[in-house]
Amino acid sequence: MLELTTVDTASLQRVILQHDVEQFLYKEARLLDERRLEEWLELLAEELHYWMPMRRNIKFGDWDLEFTSHETEINWFDEGKDVLAGRIRQINTGVHWPEEPVSRFEHIISNVELVGVEGDEISVNSKFFCYQNRLQDEVNQWVGRREDLLRRDPATKFKLVKRKIILAQNVMLPKVVNTFF
Amino acid sequence: MVTILRARGDRSIRSFIDYERGTISRELYVHPDIFEQEMEQIFQRCWLFLGHESQIPNPGDFIVSRMGTEEVIVVRDRKDKQIRAFLNSCRHRGMKVCRYDQGNNLVFTCPFHAWTYDTAGKLVGVGYGNHPEAYGDTRPGDQWGLAQVAQFKNFHGSLWATWDPKAPSFEDYLGPFTASLRHCLQSSDGEDGGLEMFTPFQRHRLPTNWKVPGFTSVTDGTHAAMTHRSAAAAGLHEDRGQGKAKPGTPFPREMYAIGDHNLGHGGQCTFYNQPGVPDYTDEWFEPGVDDYFRETAGRKAQLYANRVLAPHGWGGGHFAIFPCVMVDSWRIRWYHPHETGMVERWTLCGVDKNAPKHVKNAVRHYVQRYNGPTGFFESDDMENWNYVYPASRGVRARKLDYFFANGLGHGKYDDRLPGVVVNGAYTEEAQRARFSRWLAFMEAKSWDDLYPVNTSKNHRIW
Ligand code: FES
Ligand SMILES: [Fe+2]
Repeated sequence: MLELTTVDTASLQRVILQHDVEQFLYKEARLLDERRLEEWLELLAEELHYWMPMRRNIKFGDWDLEFTSHETEINWFDEGKDVLAGRIRQINTGVHWPEEPVSRFEHIISNVELVGVEGDEISVNSKFFCYQNRLQDEVNQWVGRREDLLRRDPATKFKLVKRKIILAQNVMLPKVVNTFF
Repeated sequence: MVTILRARGDRSIRSFIDYERGTISRELYVHPDIFEQEMEQIFQRCWLFLGHESQIPNPGDFIVSRMGTEEVIVVRDRKDKQIRAFLNSCRHRGMKVCRYDQGNNLVFTCPFHAWTYDTAGKLVGVGYGNHPEAYGDTRPGDQWGLAQVAQFKNFHGSLWATWDPKAPSFEDYLGPFTASLRHCLQSSDGEDGGLEMFTPFQRHRLPTNWKVPGFTSVTDGTHAAMTHRSAAAAGLHEDRGQGKAKPGTPFPREMYAIGDHNLGHGGQCTFYNQPGVPDYTDEWFEPGVDDYFRETAGRKAQLYANRVLAPHGWGGGHFAIFPCVMVDSWRIRWYHPHETGMVERWTLCGVDKNAPKHVKNAVRHYVQRYNGPTGFFESDDMENWNYVYPASRGVRARKLDYFFANGLGHGKYDDRLPGVVVNGAYTEEAQRARFSRWLAFMEAKSWDDLYPVNTSKNHRIW
């Protein structure tokens, strides 16, 4: 005969946290796709570091060389909230030609994995698939994963403090990157 | 002759350019036969940019670069420490010998049958080399080393090569632009070769003909206000770090668009009318950066107390080296054709190699947010450069000509840059000059027809 065991509080908290983090990441993606970029910006901490390194083809074992350094090298993105805010202002001018007419973006987020919790801060990994369709037949896509640091926030539940975006590309195949990941 | 369409007959290359009207046939951008001829006539002959010595400081260090549609391995030899460049294609069966973007190697061993080349490109071993039932006396000798570029030049740290043994020296190829390139490669205090490049190459694809950005983006003075309207509207010119310039003491100078119709180079240009260096007027957001650059500008001013600045770089503007290398003092941007409608754009950005870390960081962040597919400014360019191509290649569209007549007939020679035509800053002089040289290359049987330049035969100002 089966007996229902009591779920301990710690496990329950963990499940709730997983749920809340997932909802946050999904909301983030939805705001981007619904072109609510300024609302997306509100989910970012003031001291955000938003980093997408380039990735090299390297010899097995030369792992230190694979990602470009955000201390010394050139990256696709390596910036804070102020620069992201500038990008959003630019997209929202209506005369930013690679985004005029506006694209149809769809971000799909999955594989959300809690990596660690320290006080208010939560490390979480996830994957994204981003599809862009614009004009008649222009299609671009980006696939990758993210290593995020979130911080609990009374207003927006969380704020994004750090994001490393690991893009599965070497040469950037799309001509322009006009969305966020 | 290029066979355009049977119904329209063969055309001479010369018939694509109309000097009187200042027009160029759109076939030049969209026709695959022309593209194939360009790869042979231009990219096999010209001096092409490979990268910078700071990318491979140690013996055995290598990067994979490109020359036109093909990859080359650029490697610093372990023995003599010299840098050489080789086609990335195994001499046995043509496998790509090196599939890494960079690294450090003892030897390059082909993954197919283990032909092995040292860092000077010499074949030093083959798989089954000592097997009694393999090569024996048919074992490949020294002539089976990696295919090496015909000429190689390290010019103040920048690396260049040509496949053509008959090409003139790199300095002769540059002609009156030699001083400009040298100036662009100086650090901000005027030290020769004083730059290092941020690694790695920034590389991205752009679906268009290589000449759209390669020939017509430097100098394209009339594009900025419209193309980059969004950056201005969003206030991003003030985000540039270097953009918030304060007024300085006026320095006597004149700005032009220039084109060398003999050699094909050209771009923006600043003629300084007296020795010395203009005041440092930039204003960086990051603390301490202006202090550094003011100090180096002071040292440069001493160096140039009795010398007139070269007309490009460090505030003078950018220029393009034929066929498609855009140079100024903080970045080199160049184009590798893939096919008629696809090009790959590469960028390297420089910084004073002796600058302190906070200065390097400020410059690095600036170039990251400015350039390429994730850059504020160049993202706008990409859209226009891209859609020129599909909108030009329709059977009706390609029968039209492009307008290249902005400033036509108003150019003049100027003693300050012998042989170069000087015109209004917002004219298309530099673009016309590239097409003058393009035509010379497309008609030439060899470098004998191209250098020394034969003005009466190949060229005319238009
Ligand atoms: S193709 Fe390189 S060893 Fe055979
Ligand atoms: Fe531009």
